[in-house]
Amino acid sequence: MTPTDAVSMPPAAARAYRRLLAAGFRQQSAYLAAAVGGLVANVTFGFLKAAILLATLAAAGGTLGGYDTGRMLAYVWVSQAMLGLINVSGRDVLGERIRTGDIAVDFLRPLDLQLAGLSTHLGTRLFTLLPRGLPTLTIGLLTTGMALPSGPAPYLLGAVSVLLATTLAYLAVYALNMSALWLVEIRGLQVTYMVVASFCCGLYIPVGIFPGWLETLARLTPFPSMLMTPVDVLSGYAVGTDALRLVLAQVAWVVVVGLLGHLLTRAGRRHLEVQGG
Amino acid sequence: MSRTPVVQVSGLTRDFVVRPRGHRLRGRRVRAVHDLSFTVRPGEAVGYIGANGAGKSTTIKMLAGILVPTAGEVRTCGLRPVQDRRALARRIGVVFGQRSQLWWDLPVAESFRILAAIHHLDAAGERARTGELVDRLEMGAYLDTPVRQLSLGQRMRAEVAAALLHSPRLVILDEPTIGLDVLSKQRLREFLIEERREHGTSLMLTTHDMGDVERLCPRVLVIDDGTLAYDGTLSGLSRTVGARRVLVVDLERPTEPLTGIPSTEHLSTQAQGLQQRLAFDPERTTAAAVLAAVSQRSEVRDLAIEEPDIEDVVRRIYAARR
Amino acid sequence: MAEAGTLRGDLTAYRAVLSSRVRAQRAYAASFRLDLVGAALITVVEFAEVWVLFGQVDAIGGLTLASVMLVFGLAEMTFSTADLLVGHCDRMPTYVRAGTLDVFYLRPQPVLAQLMTSDIDLRRVARVAGGMVILVVGLVVSGVRWTPEKVALLAVTIPAAVAIYAGLFIAAAGVQFFLINGAETTNAFVYGGRYAASQPASVWPRSLVLVFGLIFPVAFTGYLPALALLDLPVPFGLPGWTAWLTPVAAVWSWLVALGCWRLGTRHYQGAGG
Repeated sequence: MTPTDAVSMPPAAARAYRRLLAAGFRQQSAYLAAAVGGLVANVTFGFLKAAILLATLAAAGGTLGGYDTGRMLAYVWVSQAMLGLINVSGRDVLGERIRTGDIAVDFLRPLDLQLAGLSTHLGTRLFTLLPRGLPTLTIGLLTTGMALPSGPAPYLLGAVSVLLATTLAYLAVYALNMSALWLVEIRGLQVTYMVVASFCCGLYIPVGIFPGWLETLARLTPFPSMLMTPVDVLSGYAVGTDALRLVLAQVAWVVVVGLLGHLLTRAGRRHLEVQGG
Repeated sequence: MSRTPVVQVSGLTRDFVVRPRGHRLRGRRVRAVHDLSFTVRPGEAVGYIGANGAGKSTTIKMLAGILVPTAGEVRTCGLRPVQDRRALARRIGVVFGQRSQLWWDLPVAESFRILAAIHHLDAAGERARTGELVDRLEMGAYLDTPVRQLSLGQRMRAEVAAALLHSPRLVILDEPTIGLDVLSKQRLREFLIEERREHGTSLMLTTHDMGDVERLCPRVLVIDDGTLAYDGTLSGLSRTVGARRVLVVDLERPTEPLTGIPSTEHLSTQAQGLQQRLAFDPERTTAAAVLAAVSQRSEVRDLAIEEPDIEDVVRRIYAARR
Repeated sequence: MAEAGTLRGDLTAYRAVLSSRVRAQRAYAASFRLDLVGAALITVVEFAEVWVLFGQVDAIGGLTLASVMLVFGLAEMTFSTADLLVGHCDRMPTYVRAGTLDVFYLRPQPVLAQLMTSDIDLRRVARVAGGMVILVVGLVVSGVRWTPEKVALLAVTIPAAVAIYAGLFIAAAGVQFFLINGAETTNAFVYGGRYAASQPASVWPRSLVLVFGLIFPVAFTGYLPALALLDLPVPFGLPGWTAWLTPVAAVWSWLVALGCWRLGTRHYQGAGG
């Protein structure tokens, strides 16, 4: 089953995924204290990012790559608020379960491994918006101020974009970890992923102020769709057809990366059957 | 040998604050060990038994200096475990069944070498002691194998050797035979008996295995809900709770239920009377007497005696106290 | 036993542990080489972040790209050295869960010393080397006018800065005893500190100066020594010799670290709190 034909799944299966989503949500709510820690981290990094980026803007004469002070602050705080949603570490329990052989048990369950993982992931990650994301945004808004778009359209499209970004980020890490079935040792790959993904998704610096050639290069990867796109849509940096085109790119990446993960899962199941776990 | 008790505990109490998940402030005080007092003399071997969560591990951690008591006094080898932890570490050896003190990816021999350095053994002492332990525990075949590749039985022997390398006066073993096969259990028990005979080492062990206690520990402490429920000999313990043994006999031909044998109770009949289980009280009769009585009714093809289950003994003690 | 003998025994033990860790990591040569590449890549990309910003403008917070290389190189090199030596300490929950910590309590060495010497992450060598290369290039292209004092300052700064970061790791380990899932909180200051350390502190608002200049004094690991090496004025109205205070900051960092560690172990043993 690919994510795109998920709509056609039978009600019983849909209920299983719904429950996984709810379980992920509940699991996280038990760790409110940890969420406060995450908030401290988000805000601290937010202040550091804001300081250096605003100093850069000032040195550049007030604007750089289409960002002025208000937009830059919006970038800083929206991206910080979204940090809990995306997994740039490249690591996932899946890789661990492949390493220990527990994956054989997972394959026995009458669930699509990819969709089950995605449901849990969306549940746990979306929950973090409450104790981490929104407070980060609020603190940023109150302490430094930012330019936010008016009118509902950017926010509606932004919400869709956030969901797509979270989904894409998971699907990519899923596919990466699934490759452990063949590669055995994927730590090096995970580190490489972490480094490249966090740079290209615009975690520290908005992709829009990269030097031209580097921006082109980054935009050829799925990574900007994991963070930069929702941030740009929500902050009003990308509007109208620009915004729509960015979101459509996200959809395309979700389909491509999702399909890749799906094929890897199918091949992995066969691989295990042949190898006998 | 010094006459100071190796363990002296009086009024020992330990509370934990249990917080519901996610709540940092709201907490419930739970008493893990309550007003515990006992003494272990040099050279003694003591079985420390009780149900899961009765407070065994908590006591051991307080004896070793890992946990601070909420109230009461502890002296291990005459030292205050927390304050004198480093001096105590040279005098005791502890094996936690579930946690390893070996280096996972190193050969066994290498782990021993590091531990010898940690305990400041001199070269001659190290050679002699390592040789002795390797011999007695029959570890020669896998000394150069990384720990992670050992079977459970092999690893457990290595763990015991690691804890005993510095010739401690007191050895504390937490579930040393859990999960081991019969042969490994036996080898480990024999080793501990020899070690005590040769070096006068004191022994304290927690276990779920009645066989461990029977072979190794003349004295038994039973802990129930953090308090001492019994302190005495193993046979006394069986007497107190009326621990029974079970004789299982395979008979030559189907036989009527074997009721009415003195001091026994017929428990069950299997395979149309071909196999029967009889419980008897070892204080009032013997296995031989029961067997003789059975033989009068039918020829016996095979027999087995089931050991009393430690959980069962503990359960009976607990029941008698309530 | 004589003190000297005891110390020699402990050193033997430490050496045995460390050399065996080294051998164990080298045993998987292929994956170790990949790990080295991965670690070096982290340094490259982190520097790329600095380069993208400073490459767009003449100077940020008074520093040019050439001069910020000194800041970045010093911070990266000293942080990675601390990470190499004691970075494993802030994985406290793993040690607690695996029971390794209880085993440390059963041995006649200080628990903290055992924790620090229980592992060494050789992959970080790549980042230390990366930091060093960037530092040297920075020293050359920024045209430092060398004096004996500057050489001495650099010689004092490097070990003191390593100590500052090591203190951060130890403090994080201590705090994680009583913060459930506390890693994220401590990361804010350990890795946040590392991120802060390659920035010119002159761009910080007051709150950040307080946090990363005084409480977790990472401004002393790169920025302040770099200013002194480049003969640039120190901001915030501070005198020129502020850069020489890095050892003082290191002592402070270790006071905080040992305080946190003591609180943490007391909590673990159930003596306080």
